[in-house]
Amino acid sequence: MTAHHEQSTASSPVSTVSAEDARIAPKPRLRRFHQASWDEDLIFDLGSPGERGVLVPRPDPSLTPPEIPAALRRAEPPALPEMAQQQVLRHYLRLSQENLGADLNIDVGQGTCTMKYSPKVNDQFVRDPRIAALHPLQDEDTVQGVLGIVHALEQLLKEISGMDRVSLQPGAGSAAIYANVAMIRAYFEARGELDQRDEVITTIFSHPSNAACAKTAGFKVITLHPDADGYPDIEALKAAVGPRTAALLITNPEDTGIYNPRIEEFVRIVHEAGGLCSYDQANANGILGITRARDAGFDLCHFNLHKTFSTPHACGGPAAGACAVTAELAPYLPRPTVEFDGTTYRIDDDRPESVGKMRPFLGVVPNLVRAYAWIMSLGAEGLRAAAETAVLNNNYLLHKVRQIPGVSVPYAEGRPRVEQVRYSWQQLYEDTGVHSEELGLRAADFGTHYWTSHHPYVVPEPMTLEPTESYTRADLDEYAAILTEVAREAYESPETVRTAPHRSTVHRARPESLEDPATWAVSWRAYRRKILGEGLR
Amino acid sequence: MTSAENAVHPYLPNSAPAVRQAMLDEIGAASVEEFYADIPDSVRLHRPLDLPAPMRSEAELARHMEQLLARNTSTRQALSFLGQGCYQHHVPAVVDEVVNRSEFLTAYAGEPYEDHGRFQALWEYQSMMAELLDVEVVNVPVYDGFQAAGTALRMAGRITGRRRLLLATAVDPDKLSRVRDYVRPDHDVVVVPVDPRTGCADLDAVAAELAKGDVAAVFADMPSALGIVDAALPQLAELAHGAGALYVVGCNPLALGVLAPPSAFGADIACGDIQTLGVHQSYGGGNAGFIATRDEEHLVAEYPSRLFGLAPTTVDGEYGFGDVAWERTSFALREDGKEWVGTAAALHGIGAGVYLALMGPHGMREIGDTILTHTAYARQRLAQVPGVQVPFGDSLHFADFTVRYTGGRTAAEIRADLRQHGIFGGVPLGDQQAAYCVTEVHTKADIDLLATTLEEIIK
Repeated sequence: MTAHHEQSTASSPVSTVSAEDARIAPKPRLRRFHQASWDEDLIFDLGSPGERGVLVPRPDPSLTPPEIPAALRRAEPPALPEMAQQQVLRHYLRLSQENLGADLNIDVGQGTCTMKYSPKVNDQFVRDPRIAALHPLQDEDTVQGVLGIVHALEQLLKEISGMDRVSLQPGAGSAAIYANVAMIRAYFEARGELDQRDEVITTIFSHPSNAACAKTAGFKVITLHPDADGYPDIEALKAAVGPRTAALLITNPEDTGIYNPRIEEFVRIVHEAGGLCSYDQANANGILGITRARDAGFDLCHFNLHKTFSTPHACGGPAAGACAVTAELAPYLPRPTVEFDGTTYRIDDDRPESVGKMRPFLGVVPNLVRAYAWIMSLGAEGLRAAAETAVLNNNYLLHKVRQIPGVSVPYAEGRPRVEQVRYSWQQLYEDTGVHSEELGLRAADFGTHYWTSHHPYVVPEPMTLEPTESYTRADLDEYAAILTEVAREAYESPETVRTAPHRSTVHRARPESLEDPATWAVSWRAYRRKILGEGLR
Repeated sequence: MTSAENAVHPYLPNSAPAVRQAMLDEIGAASVEEFYADIPDSVRLHRPLDLPAPMRSEAELARHMEQLLARNTSTRQALSFLGQGCYQHHVPAVVDEVVNRSEFLTAYAGEPYEDHGRFQALWEYQSMMAELLDVEVVNVPVYDGFQAAGTALRMAGRITGRRRLLLATAVDPDKLSRVRDYVRPDHDVVVVPVDPRTGCADLDAVAAELAKGDVAAVFADMPSALGIVDAALPQLAELAHGAGALYVVGCNPLALGVLAPPSAFGADIACGDIQTLGVHQSYGGGNAGFIATRDEEHLVAEYPSRLFGLAPTTVDGEYGFGDVAWERTSFALREDGKEWVGTAAALHGIGAGVYLALMGPHGMREIGDTILTHTAYARQRLAQVPGVQVPFGDSLHFADFTVRYTGGRTAAEIRADLRQHGIFGGVPLGDQQAAYCVTEVHTKADIDLLATTLEEIIK
């Protein structure tokens, strides 16, 4: 500050700015969000020939490169970008800003995906070289820490599920479903019943991977639809089971958020027919410490560690799955397992009845470490508090959302929901012609979004919300207020919604080209050939 | 107990009793129990879970985890020559910076608007891999290279309608386990033994198996499980195509700056693992798989995976993205889709894209050259160690290679002795055989140290 300035300020007898002028007006009811929109080029438009992003160690000059057979030598260098390091960083940081991670938004709209907070401290553990720079073929005495974590996580999940053994090898939830189906197949094969038992039963409100993994593993799939109240139809189950039944693959609560109260009867019916029961616990977040797979009589279950146990979703993986089974199914678990003799942890790869490897090595170890740390930071009381809070949050949001004109909550009238709800905007659609997908896109203008449901849309114009335990009451109020506003717009200015998003990174895509083999472009070179008409080689 | 003060935790905002009560009041519920009304008493757990006492503060948790991590010795604290499916490469700092961004790390499955960045980064990954592989279609990553091989083979099976799959090069036993399991409803896997002298594909044996008919695909790995870049890879294409089978080639993409991409010598489908493209070893937890083909409708139709595509938006000059041919997938069609799709390993694809952009054509050529040169030198140097033979003579090797011990000591004993010298390596492949691996992170001095240490141990 200059002397002159000081003087002039000090000598002003009366301020020309009133306190009222200096007052910052209250914020409007809804956030005036605008997502970063860098209008960023494709990476192929960046850089220039000769630039380098990173240098590579070169061999000692005394060494000579080996001869490469002519047919196996690359003829022309790959047309990769040539960019300096900061320019690569800047491009990707811009793209990151054009991405709305769960750390930044009230991410309750990815129903069934259990978007909970992934603690930052857990990321620090997995970035430590003593996890990140471990090789899976090191001597066991150099990896006792990580083997101990994997072993301990198995013990925790045994107690949480009530099961006898757990494999942590599958790379994600669907991979765990597949591993369970593979174990079911091995079980019946060992009994000589596989030729006879070739059917798997699931429900339409269980994740599509239950049906798809069973089919991939060679089973015929029977899908049960809900009864009039939205519960899996027990009469349909009775009609479906028989000597061909290998297994029931079922989620509970289902993706509607409705808990099937007759689950023990379902399990009994399938067991009496000689089938096994496998519990898809993708929706376990509301029932931790409340009820367990074993308590309802299941033979197998799986958890998605990236959902219920808080590992980050990473734009769609890496994730991690856990398969938990009874002692009867344990011989079939993927190999290897980690065993402990009271002193030392070791890897047991000698499991002759195992379904084999589900992926390389032990599993997605960084996420096993994160899941272990998360459970250990909460303990039994904390897990139960997480479950109860998730359920409280869900029913609180349900209470708010159901007051919005145009929305309904199909099925199980008057019954609570567990940790998610599948809503329907059918009334709003009939009134306005605006689809649920369009409401979800308009929500992007307020800094959030939502997902409709898996296909087929059994619930018309669906919206699936799962608040988890991570959001405050104020967060949930804000989310409900956004939905209220978007629904109001659908009634009062539907064009605003239909043409959304307006304040997101980009505007409405014209995706028709993506379904036509003549125009779809999965790569830059495909776009150049098909759309720009460039002759490539 | 459940609403006790000690249930309040930094991860659980609404567990504070006053907030909880206010929310219950607003809903008009007496307690959280009401929301569990549909869960019958008979399946309720009427006791607390029996779990260890938690480390509720971050400080306690960090201390506990430190005690566990201290029982690990990382490859940075030793000299590691371990490979065989998980590789020690330098991970550029910019790759870590990008994949650790909250926006990418914590996002999931939003639309191509609020998640535009994810779509563009993964589409660019697909595009850069397409340049590297010299094809037009590459998928959003699947779980790992094993899964990619299994799916690539099932794709070939659906296209040809045939049953038998021939594995023509040395295959990793774990990968074989995975592939066998994965294809078994529709396919029989035939492992054609490699020539024991050369370690390379036995072309006569492959031809004989093809002559038996009903072959959907011939599969080869470049490099093979023995580390060999088989000079017969192009001939296998001719044999496969001559029998009306597809040619499926697994490859290490890190080698493709110098080695020909599989499409160049006749592969119809390429697949593999991108752990080598800037993903940490993480005790074998850093895998992600790719599948790559020409852009032909009948090939594209068989992918189970997400395929992101570039599309216009309503604003000129804007890049939009979306899913290509969505109606292939189990998301669209449940069991009537192709296999299944789900959360897999997308972030590794973003990281691999950053890696390829940093490396560029020159970096990829140089790293391929460095690794080939180091591998050749390591084989040559270890062959000079008395009691060590390096089999498969002149075959080109990339990173992995094998040795045979001719003295009295077993591979397990030698490995244990190396460990005492601060060296990780020599994983036994049998009593007298062992595997080693070198990459760009090693120096000539490292390799010489391995050789002199072995000389000392074996003599």
